[in-house]
Amino acid sequence: MMNATNSTDTSRVRPITIAILAMGGEGGGVLTDWIVDLAEHGGYLAQKTSVPGVAQRTGATVYYVELFPKKAAREQLPVLALMPVPGDVDIVLASEFMEAGRAIARGLVTPDRTVLITSTHRVFTMQERVAVQDDRVDSHALLKSSEEAAARLFAFDMSGIAEAAGSPVTAVLFGALAASGVLPFQRTAFEATIRRGGVGVEPSVRAFKAGIDAVSAGTINTEAALPIVAAAPDPGVPALLSGISSQLTDTSRPVVSSGVLRLIDYQDEDYARLYLKRLEPILAIEASRSGSSGELLSEVARVLAVAMSFEDTIRVAELKIRRSRFDRVRSEVRAKDGEIVEIAEYMHPRRQEIVETVPASLGRWMMRSKIASAVLDRVTRKGYVVKTSSVRGFLLLSLVARLKPLRRRSLRWMAESKRHEVWLAQVADVVSRDYALAVEVARCLELVKGYGDTHDRATAKFQTIMAALPALEGRGDAAAQLAALRKAADADEYGDALKQKLAAVLDEGHGMGAAAE
Amino acid sequence: MAERSFKEEVKQLGIGAGTEFRGEAILAVTKALLQSGVSYVSGYQGAPISHLIDVLNDANDLLQRLGVRFESSANEAAAAAALAASVNYPMRGACTFKAPVGVNVASDALAALSSGGVKGGALVIIGEDYGEGSSINQERSHAFAMKSQMWLLDPRPNVQSIVDAVEKGFQLSEASNTAVILQLRIRACHVYGSFIAKDNVKPAFSRDDALTKPVRDVSRYMLPPYIYNHEREKVEHRWPAAVKFIADNKLNEFFDGETDDVGIIMQGGMYNGVLRAMEILGLADVYGNSRIPLYVMNVTYPLIDEELVRFCAGKKAVLVIEEGQPEFIEQGINTVLRRADLQTRVEGKSVLPKAGEYTGGVLQTGLRRFCEAYGPGLLAPEPPNRTNKTLAAAIDKLGDNVHGRQPSFCTGCPERPIFSAMKLVQREMGPLHISNDVGCHTFAALEPFNLGNTNVGYGVGGASASPLSGQNGKRPVAVIGDGGLWHSGLISSVGHQVFNKTDSVILVVDNGYAAATGGQDVLSSSGNIATRSTQHPIEKAIRGVGVEWVKHVTRTYDVTKMRDVLREALQTKSEGPKVVIASSECMLNKQRREKPLTREAIKRGERVVRERFGVDADTCTGDHSCIRLSGCPSLTIAPNPDPLRRQPITKVVDSCVGCGHCGEVSHAAVLCPSFYKASIVNNPTWWDRAKQSVRDIVIGFLQRRVEVQ
Repeated sequence: MMNATNSTDTSRVRPITIAILAMGGEGGGVLTDWIVDLAEHGGYLAQKTSVPGVAQRTGATVYYVELFPKKAAREQLPVLALMPVPGDVDIVLASEFMEAGRAIARGLVTPDRTVLITSTHRVFTMQERVAVQDDRVDSHALLKSSEEAAARLFAFDMSGIAEAAGSPVTAVLFGALAASGVLPFQRTAFEATIRRGGVGVEPSVRAFKAGIDAVSAGTINTEAALPIVAAAPDPGVPALLSGISSQLTDTSRPVVSSGVLRLIDYQDEDYARLYLKRLEPILAIEASRSGSSGELLSEVARVLAVAMSFEDTIRVAELKIRRSRFDRVRSEVRAKDGEIVEIAEYMHPRRQEIVETVPASLGRWMMRSKIASAVLDRVTRKGYVVKTSSVRGFLLLSLVARLKPLRRRSLRWMAESKRHEVWLAQVADVVSRDYALAVEVARCLELVKGYGDTHDRATAKFQTIMAALPALEGRGDAAAQLAALRKAADADEYGDALKQKLAAVLDEGHGMGAAAE
Repeated sequence: MAERSFKEEVKQLGIGAGTEFRGEAILAVTKALLQSGVSYVSGYQGAPISHLIDVLNDANDLLQRLGVRFESSANEAAAAAALAASVNYPMRGACTFKAPVGVNVASDALAALSSGGVKGGALVIIGEDYGEGSSINQERSHAFAMKSQMWLLDPRPNVQSIVDAVEKGFQLSEASNTAVILQLRIRACHVYGSFIAKDNVKPAFSRDDALTKPVRDVSRYMLPPYIYNHEREKVEHRWPAAVKFIADNKLNEFFDGETDDVGIIMQGGMYNGVLRAMEILGLADVYGNSRIPLYVMNVTYPLIDEELVRFCAGKKAVLVIEEGQPEFIEQGINTVLRRADLQTRVEGKSVLPKAGEYTGGVLQTGLRRFCEAYGPGLLAPEPPNRTNKTLAAAIDKLGDNVHGRQPSFCTGCPERPIFSAMKLVQREMGPLHISNDVGCHTFAALEPFNLGNTNVGYGVGGASASPLSGQNGKRPVAVIGDGGLWHSGLISSVGHQVFNKTDSVILVVDNGYAAATGGQDVLSSSGNIATRSTQHPIEKAIRGVGVEWVKHVTRTYDVTKMRDVLREALQTKSEGPKVVIASSECMLNKQRREKPLTREAIKRGERVVRERFGVDADTCTGDHSCIRLSGCPSLTIAPNPDPLRRQPITKVVDSCVGCGHCGEVSHAAVLCPSFYKASIVNNPTWWDRAKQSVRDIVIGFLQRRVEVQ
């Protein structure tokens, strides 16, 4: 328990200073009010300030509270500050992990005095969300920094707990604050405060108690305190793999197994066999390299399985009508028993997607025929909302899903097969000279993804990079350069960053060549 | 209907003498106005004084009993003009708005008022901050007070001092026949505290008296030759009267200290921050007992020469703590001391930063520097290190893992689809020159929309686009909100373009409120409010000032339609400004109104359909183009559940209000087919259930068959 004499001079009574960093809709204002009420009922003066309305629109704000013992304010009132002073904050409560990081960056969390209580879940920033690639910040770094900055740290995923209790995350923070023992008030006083608030009392109390339990259980401040990402279930070893299972390593086996299962689900066992056949040369290469990490096999197996299960109208229709998907939607929207859930899909197929789905000969005719083009353009001008949960909508999508046997004869199938084989040949060719570069070449196929315009642009980027491959080969940093190109391709939608990067890389290459001469 | 209801707070406005008032300072100011016997209050909303306006809007009954008229002004100029009622009559009145931008708009009326002067006490309450609460934080109304010679109060930031400043402000105004500005910083407005109330006062001279016996005093009129007298009056009478009142009533405060060779002079509003910094450095105790003498200027303009000379005499140096630049006070003090031939050194911006907010850390550094130079013995020794951990190492470990969080549109905001549509139009037609205005829509300038080249003020977006009037098939676009339109934009932007035959597109973003300031009503708001006249159509006004080409989109979420209308406006052969009105209610206000009703209805057992959106993880590409066209806070990313894919997928979180924007965007932009809309039927009827059982049987049968295959 803090005795409010947190200074070198022990006779000096000082206010307890509390900064709360929260975002809109997280109940930061309510938490602030709770602390004020708790203190006033516990023999303390309390002053709070905030910048209201800011959180909703700007994402984050700081609430600030100072508490001062009434018995020390009998003759003279204290002068309380309106803003936290770096180096002078006793408690920082952060409702989200990057906000804790922000508190540290602003100097509010200092190792000599600050108790940092923070949730470890993330609410992603605009920068992280709009990225074409994965631009999420590193929560491990936030955790390490929190450990360094705080005198005492209470960090765990409060969002999951709050969600289960049906309450804002701040009620869990209040529980953790009570359990931390940093404030001179009994736990019962904390709970009484929530009850006096009178709004949403039961969920808040549930979340509050769960917060206390989490601190008492001691599962905090470790890597385990970061939100749990559910691990993929073990795919096992499908029968098709039994022949080659022994050639696989512990890392590549689950990847190849997942790939096989995925392609059986996508098309049939024959298709999965084709997948394994395509992997054979890579298997052979790995077998010939003693002590190989097997990274190339894992990456090729992973990327190829995703590429071979390319998303066409048939696949989309099939995935949308599954029982498991209906159940998933119910749970995602938190429908309770007795509530009816209707599902409507937003779909906008383009002419090209229809042309690519039908048998190749029909598809070619559709492309040539002006009448067919005109008709297709007309029907694909607008998007459709298909109600999958209605009998009509369901039948429509089932019908498309049942076109699966025709898929092998479609234009898309042919185009994809050709792309995969060319790419595999390139990987196999490069690996004999530069293993690391081959791994990067393998990863490039991942660029091809999406639907409609996105798919067209992605394909163009893939081709641009593959065309640059000969210019890169032979350079010592070829693998790194290719990785950089791939990253640039993902930096924006239209490939501007890729063009710039490519020019720079090629230019550098020439420079190096000239220097060598 | 404002963002927050103040019905509870209104009860406190009625309390009588001796009762303790507890609450935020801005509400205490409202109570202080009633205690001071105001006859009228006017205001234009904006942080941090919106609450003053909102609470008075909710306090109509009380105001009527006291005979007080409250006006929701059209803009800051209108709010300031209301003070003219105190020119001829001994009536107290106040106006309020945010500053410095609001003062800019109000400047004409304020300058005129300070020329002729006032008879009744007139108070201009401004919310002005040099920090995070301000939209133009590098300017000061201090300059305005100086140029118009209006007195500027900047009281210590505690509720009692702020309440006292209101009361004394009226007295000062009357004693010097000058309108007085009361400046409040944002955190001071929202500081929670208490004071002992007095009874509300019914004005002695009523508005009725003014109407029945109007007074005309041409010497107060803003015309030559009277204005020449006004200037002399100001300098020879009003100014000295103000100085006398301020000194006699001890509005500025002296605090003794144990040293006598150094001193600190500060703006009143800085007091709590400075004293905390001093306490940390060992220069004061927690109760404000300072070891260094203090001169606290609760009146920052005019300077009281005699007080400054008295404070500085015999001191080798003083530190002036003045937030904001240029350092008008510091310059003034130097002049005063020079004239008095005092050799005291004046430190200020020499040890404190020239620009930026004076936060606790900044003040600490400045105070330390000052003391090191003039009184090193005063500083407490640095506390010893008790830990091996350091903040520097912690910040180092953070790396670049902390991003800024820029302002953005709320979940379900109806303005988002307008800008999605504009982004799609830009894809077809190339980049556009877009002049924005003030209001929520100005956030379109940031990620993910990146739309908007300039924003130079409220209501003038159209005027700022006008010089680029269309050429060679390209037209500029001006965006203006309904708030901006009624603030001044109807004339300054729309009328201006009509008159100048500007070939452009004006997009009016109509969300039904002045939303950015807290959802106050405007002329075109759809609500029916007893005390205001609303429901005046924007289209009628636009046509009224002469626009021929007007298109009204009544559901902005229809991205395809929005895009088509914008495209048409950019391509039509029609001359003059083309106006697109895009109307859908502010989601924040809509939710606030509808959520409780929905909850009630569900409780009563009524059939209620709740909608929300979702993304199928297995069809989501993970390239996030949907987010780049939306930016909705409920549309975020999540780890990919697919063991073979690494890119995070898009996910709709629980805060989704089911506005439908993401689905419409995926249609209009031909994105992926991953979006679904789930309609959750609460309390289904027998017909719902019957329909569902048929579906369960048929679909269930087919699903089982597929799974067996």
